[in-house]
Amino acid sequence: MGSQGGWGQSKEFLDLVKSIGEARSKAEEDRIILREIDTLKRRIAEPDVPRRKMKEYLIRLVYVEMLGHDASFGYIHAVKMTHDDSLLLKRTGYLAVTLFLNEDHDLIILIVNTIQKDLRSDNYLIVCAALTAVCKLINEETIPAVLPQVVELLGHSKEAVRKKAVLALHRFYQRAPNSVSHLISNFRKRLCDNDPGVMGATLCPLFDLIKEDINSYKDLVVSFVSILKQVAERRLPKTYDYHQMPAPFIQIKLLKILALLGSGDKQASGHMYTILGDIFRKSEPSSNIGNAVLYECICCVSSIFPNPKLLEAAVEATSRFLKSDSHNLKYMGIDALGRLIKINPDIAEEHQLAVIDCLEDPDDTLKRKTFELLYKMTKSSNVEVIVDRMIDYMRSINDNHYKTEIASRCVELAEQFAPSNQWFIQTMNKVFEHAGDLVNVRVAHNLMRLIAEGFGEDDEGADSQLRSSAVDSYLCILGEPKLPSVFLQVICWVLGEYGTTDGKYSASYIIGKLCDVAEAHSTDDTVKAYTISAIMKICAFEIAVGRKVELLPECQSLIDELSASHSTDLQQRAYELQALLGLDSQAVESVMPSDASCEDIEIDKNLSFLDSFVNQSMEKGARPYIPENERSGMFNIGNFRSQYQHEASSHSLRFEAYELPKPSPPPTIPQVVLPLPTTDLVPVPEQTYPRETHHAPNLPSATDASSVDFGVKLRLEGVQRKWGRPTYSSPSASSSSSTQKTANGATHLDGRTVSSQTRDNFYDSRKQQAEVSAEKQKLAASLFGASTAKSEKRQLPTHKTPKGVPTTAEKPAVKGAISSSEPPKEKTVPSSPPPDLLDLGEPTPASTPSIDPFKQLEGLLGPTSAPSAIDHSSAAGPKTPDLMALYTDTPPAAVSSGSLNPELADIYTVNKNSHGTTNVAAMNKGQNRQDSLQKDATARQVGVTPTENNPSLFRDLLG
Amino acid sequence: MIRAVIVMNTQGKPRLVKFYDFQPPEKQQELIRSVYGVLSERADNVSNFVEADAIFGPGTQLVYKHFATLYFVFVFDSAENELAMLDLIQVFVETLDRCFKNVCELDIVFNFNKMHMLLDEIIFGGQVLETSSEQVLKAVEEISKLEKSSSAISLVPKSVSARFGR
Repeated sequence: MGSQGGWGQSKEFLDLVKSIGEARSKAEEDRIILREIDTLKRRIAEPDVPRRKMKEYLIRLVYVEMLGHDASFGYIHAVKMTHDDSLLLKRTGYLAVTLFLNEDHDLIILIVNTIQKDLRSDNYLIVCAALTAVCKLINEETIPAVLPQVVELLGHSKEAVRKKAVLALHRFYQRAPNSVSHLISNFRKRLCDNDPGVMGATLCPLFDLIKEDINSYKDLVVSFVSILKQVAERRLPKTYDYHQMPAPFIQIKLLKILALLGSGDKQASGHMYTILGDIFRKSEPSSNIGNAVLYECICCVSSIFPNPKLLEAAVEATSRFLKSDSHNLKYMGIDALGRLIKINPDIAEEHQLAVIDCLEDPDDTLKRKTFELLYKMTKSSNVEVIVDRMIDYMRSINDNHYKTEIASRCVELAEQFAPSNQWFIQTMNKVFEHAGDLVNVRVAHNLMRLIAEGFGEDDEGADSQLRSSAVDSYLCILGEPKLPSVFLQVICWVLGEYGTTDGKYSASYIIGKLCDVAEAHSTDDTVKAYTISAIMKICAFEIAVGRKVELLPECQSLIDELSASHSTDLQQRAYELQALLGLDSQAVESVMPSDASCEDIEIDKNLSFLDSFVNQSMEKGARPYIPENERSGMFNIGNFRSQYQHEASSHSLRFEAYELPKPSPPPTIPQVVLPLPTTDLVPVPEQTYPRETHHAPNLPSATDASSVDFGVKLRLEGVQRKWGRPTYSSPSASSSSSTQKTANGATHLDGRTVSSQTRDNFYDSRKQQAEVSAEKQKLAASLFGASTAKSEKRQLPTHKTPKGVPTTAEKPAVKGAISSSEPPKEKTVPSSPPPDLLDLGEPTPASTPSIDPFKQLEGLLGPTSAPSAIDHSSAAGPKTPDLMALYTDTPPAAVSSGSLNPELADIYTVNKNSHGTTNVAAMNKGQNRQDSLQKDATARQVGVTPTENNPSLFRDLLG
Repeated sequence: MIRAVIVMNTQGKPRLVKFYDFQPPEKQQELIRSVYGVLSERADNVSNFVEADAIFGPGTQLVYKHFATLYFVFVFDSAENELAMLDLIQVFVETLDRCFKNVCELDIVFNFNKMHMLLDEIIFGGQVLETSSEQVLKAVEEISKLEKSSSAISLVPKSVSARFGR
């Protein structure tokens, strides 16, 4: 049996562990373990291994696998050992099996039988061992095999078995809820088990069940409350005490369950108030577990229907946590605070200092929790400070996962509360610089859109200033060595669109910069595509104003390089640029109008402009187009026929893939084709040639002279339209330009439909975004909106922007949007002009962390001297326009820019409106109906006029 | 629910690993490594909590406690209370200490099957089963007693026959 070490294992195992412990490198360790595996393999395979020995081998195998090596050769022996009669060996077998196998392993089938037998064993310890294995090894398919026995065990005489049976059943429920759905009543029954341990175990499955379906368990509220009462009053046996607390784990589970059941249910919550108050009173803040119960109590109080007394107790407990020296308790305190401010945002103000301390704490966990809290309490008055802090922190960490998260939070907050466009752009620059490619692409597209649309005020000057400031800052940033691809795309797009607009920079300067970008990122096709498109735009603008474009040598070489690129998209763009350079200024102007990215392009889905062409062809004897859905019945025949036809003209074999594009649009996008008036066999819609916007004008040579031009022109339009999305190259489009005219028609269609599709997507996502942000806004409004501090502080951003945006110091003055468009606000502000508020403009927020924390606090948490005495409801009225200002000062750009397409502009405004109106909803929270109506009226004044396009939305909001 | 219990030493070598959701061995190693990476960077005197959603998926947290040369790590989701988990580690360690009389790393290395036995009495299928170290010890002793008697009965003839066989 080998000499036993002092620890009940053999000398060999002892030596193994020792040598592994002494190994100086991972390689050495691996060598030792591989040798061990070899030994074990050999030994296990020997005939007639004594079972005791086998047990030791198995334990060594488990050890080997724990260190990360493959022990699968021994699995079967572990399975065999579960069959053993000896409890020791059986348990070892079960242990090894539960560690080795997952529930879907092939060997499980060999164990199920044993488990079944063991579950029926007279020896309760064997039953327990089997139940442990059941938890780990039984999958959905094998549940029925053991279910009857497990259910039977719920009535076992030993409480330890009952407990484990309950938990095993819970496990089945987790794994396959349907398999035990008929047995759920058993959990309720076991709740009344006379053993408190079994009752406690039952709470685990009940918690999960209640989480799924709260309403079916409302009847248990009273029972849970009375159980909790009994536990708290120490009616349980002393053995359940833990550190002088009566059954704290049961209390915690019960509190969690009550929090679920009482959430939003005044009646149910009513039952709980007394016992919660008792627990607060009896709490033992000296022990860790006492604080655990206390924390759970706070969570429960913040979740159920609020009760002022309990809230007070919860706040008190929270502040005790926050004041504690223990980081753990501070962490819990911050978390609890985050829950409580949902009920009453003012609570945070008392703990400003503690919050700031936690933010400065070296403990990362605590810091992140605090950022989460700040994120929850961000409003327009403190967004700058908070986002600055977040960015600083983002800069300092390497953890990509968390970086992504905090970057997206920054973006979210910035999009939501940005006090000015400049600030928004600066913030985005920082986020992009530091979080790089972790940022969602959508964010980049939003940024481009914001720059293009501007605030949308009537004041065009502000917009152009914004753009030139963006151009300035981007030209600065371009000098930095490592910029993420997404950010470069934004930069290129903005430089292309607005680089030369204000005449500050010459075209050749910008083009040179762009060429540098392309050169520095020669492996990134997307960036290159953006640069070449940007260059094209700049050239176009130059040509359009009659200046001659002299291509720089590096630009020429870039074009040459790209024309030979392996990417068809890049090739296409390069050829387009070359073609564009050959056009006269008039043509160029209509192909590439200046600053037209916000304008809508009319999509003529009927392709009516092709009518004359179609007619012409038909006169020449071409077959009329048969829509695809009508062809389906005779698909094959039709194909055969057309195949023959083509064979007449070309010798080579033809297959379907070649066929389809000709009679119909490419098969890849059939759903777009369907809206055509397909019922007619003849594809001649009644519509006249559409009033085209800038993108498809009658190019001088477009009709037939140069099909290349035609193709190019269309592509350009696609590029322009799709400034958001760089890569939709359809190889067919670029390759077919030199073929027949029909092919050109197809290409054309292709380009257009794709762009229409993407545009639809674009609007969809836009809509969603509006919804999301509205929801956030609602949250914020309910968090902090009701406080008077808000309306006073709203002015802050205007004062502060110069500091937040150093490079654009002049601009913010123009952004007096808030005050200029909202006269009502001026009435509120004087009502309580807090001196410290104005002081706030002085300290540079967060850029110098070492400054007086009190100043920072004010930025973070609202003015300490906020006259909280002022009636909230009276403040709510004037507050409205301020809130609105944030979102409405972006009037529909499409309208203001003299929309060329009323229809799309409509969609646009509707979007805007729904955006605005949901904000109204946000503010309505907690107000009575009259208030909301009044607010609605204000909203109308301010310019968010609800249209009849979405009456239901308004009914929801107001009714 | 508790997702995993990991005991490792301060060099990152695992001493006890138990996942309540199956993880293939390679994945286990990866998780252990990342947990170690997080823990080894944490200073003393900071909180015992780490948000672990980067390692174990959204909503997970881990609580760890540092004893001499060992880290005890519990990974769990939002259905558990952080402070309570910290106490559960305490329960586990107390039980070990009682069981081995001044537990040290070597005890744990050589008796990790016993560790598993103890742990199975404290956590069952990812749920807290028992929090009184006394009760746990009682259960484990009962098992050991029965194991000894049963193995004594079955082993003697076996080993005797084995010896005679040779």
